[in-house]
Amino acid sequence: MIYFLCKGLLRDRSRSLIPFLVVTVGVALTVLMEAWISGAVGDIIETNAKFKDGHLKVLSRSYAEQQSQYPLDLSLTDTQHWLQILRQKYPSVNWQMRIYFGGLLDFPDENGETMAQGPVAGTGIDLLSPDSKEKEYFNLNSALVKGTLPQNPGEILVTDQFFERLHLSIGQSATLISVGMDGGMAVHAFKVVGTINFGVTGLDRGAIIADVSDVQEALNMIDATSEIFGYFKAGRFLKQQAMTISQMFNQAYSKPNDPFSPVMQTFLDGDIGQAMGFMDRYLAFILIIFVFIMAIVLWNSGIMNGIRRYGEIGIRLAMGETKNHIYFTMLGEALIVGIIGSILGTMVGLIPAYYLQEVGFDISSMMGSTTSSILISTIMRAQINSMTFWIGFIPGVLATGVGTLMAGIAIYQRQTAELFKELEI
Amino acid sequence: MTERSIISLDQVDKVFPVGDGKFYALKQIDLNFEEGEFAGLVGPSGSGKTTLLNVIGALDKPSRGRVSVLGQDVSQLRAKESAHLRSEKLGFIFQTHNLLPVYTVYENIELPLLLLRTPASERKKMIMETLEWVGLTDKWKSKPNKLSGGQCQRAAIARVMVKRPQIVLADEPTANLDAENSHMILKTMKKLNQELKTTFIFSTHDEKVIQYLVRKITLTDGKVTQDEIVNKLKESR
Repeated sequence: MIYFLCKGLLRDRSRSLIPFLVVTVGVALTVLMEAWISGAVGDIIETNAKFKDGHLKVLSRSYAEQQSQYPLDLSLTDTQHWLQILRQKYPSVNWQMRIYFGGLLDFPDENGETMAQGPVAGTGIDLLSPDSKEKEYFNLNSALVKGTLPQNPGEILVTDQFFERLHLSIGQSATLISVGMDGGMAVHAFKVVGTINFGVTGLDRGAIIADVSDVQEALNMIDATSEIFGYFKAGRFLKQQAMTISQMFNQAYSKPNDPFSPVMQTFLDGDIGQAMGFMDRYLAFILIIFVFIMAIVLWNSGIMNGIRRYGEIGIRLAMGETKNHIYFTMLGEALIVGIIGSILGTMVGLIPAYYLQEVGFDISSMMGSTTSSILISTIMRAQINSMTFWIGFIPGVLATGVGTLMAGIAIYQRQTAELFKELEI
Repeated sequence: MTERSIISLDQVDKVFPVGDGKFYALKQIDLNFEEGEFAGLVGPSGSGKTTLLNVIGALDKPSRGRVSVLGQDVSQLRAKESAHLRSEKLGFIFQTHNLLPVYTVYENIELPLLLLRTPASERKKMIMETLEWVGLTDKWKSKPNKLSGGQCQRAAIARVMVKRPQIVLADEPTANLDAENSHMILKTMKKLNQELKTTFIFSTHDEKVIQYLVRKITLTDGKVTQDEIVNKLKESR
């Protein structure tokens, strides 16, 4: 019977073509949308995790409360002790010290007078340890525009935009003027050895990267750090594992009444992480909209189909086929259309999704004056993931099913006593 | 009801509500049909011919009285049981062939066998044999739009006969055909009636059909006004 129905579907284009096209287009759009949202969300997560929040981070409880202000005086102390515990207890995560600071970077001329200066957002990361992964996380080799990466203490990188704006040169001396952990003025000399461009608007305007030991020295942070960042060795944020690790750590080491005791947060505890939750709901909402619209179109097409096949349904009822059987065979036909349409729609949707994944979409011109605290790459990309391959089947199969379920109700309104009259013409 | 009856109607009424009143489509019908009859319900429009076919064909239930078809009380059957009875024992021929346009003649005839879950090997044999009866062996691959009106109606008869029903109910089967095709169709049905002992009951006011009937039942305003053997000799025609 299924073979018989399939033959009918293939031959009767008006029965299959419109539903098939609706499903294919709807599924293709869903697949593309999912890949795009996953890419955008994934990119925001990874960009913000790399530069701002980490997959996990340990900081003092008081620092955590005011972390948007980077209060260095509330930094975490006994850093080496905590690093040892973290690396021992949670080996699936790479743990690194990181210090965020702000200040004024002054560039003197050959006479020691100020030639140029500008405010900078600084990041102290482990640049010099051979086993450090920070260069990798910051993608420094690719981000390097001019000069070299720091090889020795006292060497820093500045963003290329900042470098060009102040007309600097490689090898230029720089003096950081900032506030130390103890609240006193901190002044430290550095040398610019290279420029970088992250392709992240928020960072590229004016940032410096220095070795964390130099920053500790410059800001009087002996065995202290603003945050210890953790990155899963798997290379991506693992939500469940992150939540388990943070829960275990906080139960064991965090004391609610001690403002300087450590506390571990996951990416989801940050502002961006919370915003990402909305993205998931946004995707679900889009799916519901697609199912709804497609179901209405397919319902309509099913009704048209029912009118066209009025005679056929009548004959089948007269032959002794039950209304339930006719209803379910029509559902079966719809499922066949839904499944084949979903397969084709997924394939069609994957083509632009793949293009957007590999080539991306440059949004830098739209972000020229943005002051958002969310770090967003200038090139947005789609991301094809396992969900991309199956998510289209939800609206594809569900909408055809719902559309036919609604349209097929008319079968139950047919009166067998009217068949002779109905089949006269 | 006689021992040989396969259909018996006993004091059957069929009433439809019309406004505040009632309309009697059938009034106190008492009829019996035996196996192999070639009978016709004759009468003007509105006389109750189609309503009677509906009741006999388990497409509708009587308002009063008892209708027994092949030993089953139609008024007591549930929808599923009525469908089962139609599927296995009854066949319907309509004014128009109502062949499914996307399927070939072979596939159209195959449908009732698929519904009866007949094995594929038997299906082919049964279909080819039926096509031979109706003279459409060479058209088995054709779609309905490639056939003439008469050929389509013969294909529709084949679709009914392929499952070897005991009773065939035909509502004006020649209404849309010219004289030549009408006679061809009627001869085909007559042949099947004689060879397979299938009971044929027609609803008609077509003189061409009436010529072929063995038994003629005249209905007027829902009542049987005449029930006669028209010509025994026609059985051998």
